[in-house]
Amino acid sequence: MPTVRVQAADFDVGRELESLTRGRKDVGAVASFVGLVRDANDGREIRGMTLEHYPGMTEKALEEICREAHARWKLLDTLVIHRVGPLAPGDRIVLVGVSSAHRGEAFAACEFIMDYLKTRAPFWKREDTAHGSRWVEARSSDDEAAGRW
Amino acid sequence: MTTVTLLYFAGLRERVGRSREEVALAAGTATVASLVQQLRSRDERYGEAFATGANWRVAVNQRMADAGTALASGDEVAFFPPVTGG
Repeated sequence: MPTVRVQAADFDVGRELESLTRGRKDVGAVASFVGLVRDANDGREIRGMTLEHYPGMTEKALEEICREAHARWKLLDTLVIHRVGPLAPGDRIVLVGVSSAHRGEAFAACEFIMDYLKTRAPFWKREDTAHGSRWVEARSSDDEAAGRW
Repeated sequence: MTTVTLLYFAGLRERVGRSREEVALAAGTATVASLVQQLRSRDERYGEAFATGANWRVAVNQRMADAGTALASGDEVAFFPPVTGG
């Protein structure tokens, strides 16, 4: 069953990924992705950012994406943790973890979940730069990435 | 009368100047498109936010929807810019 959490607090990557394998002997592979806040974007220095989301829909959208991944690949478990609120450069934003018997499914599903999250989960980033703050524009490359699946 | 709850997020919330409101839909077919048309004609702020070609997305009852989605009384309709999480 997918685990989905939206939270302001940071998360411990090791401990979270361990939850995918604890007490089981059928897991052959765990693939994961960690997204972090960069200190630059579109040629501007980023001092921090604030992540807004749509409480209620966000969790549903993430669960739906995980369910879709389970329908497409033979997976044992999926995990998505996404942070909201103010974040600083270097902070973790998102963790995706996927467990399966073999690596191929885990790698593919992990990338799929991130690509779908980028275009379907209702989060919005507002960046703080030296010239004030601005909403981050969606990238067409993210639509193309999601369109591959 | 068909009444729906509207939510606005991120840049769109700033453009219309509010995060939530209740709206009675004008008589006739109730779809996202007819709602947008109604909002657009309200004032300059809404006119700009929902101008033809403006890049908004919509969710109805917390599921992604589109201009053709039908609306019923009590629906939660959320408008927002393309998402930028991850």
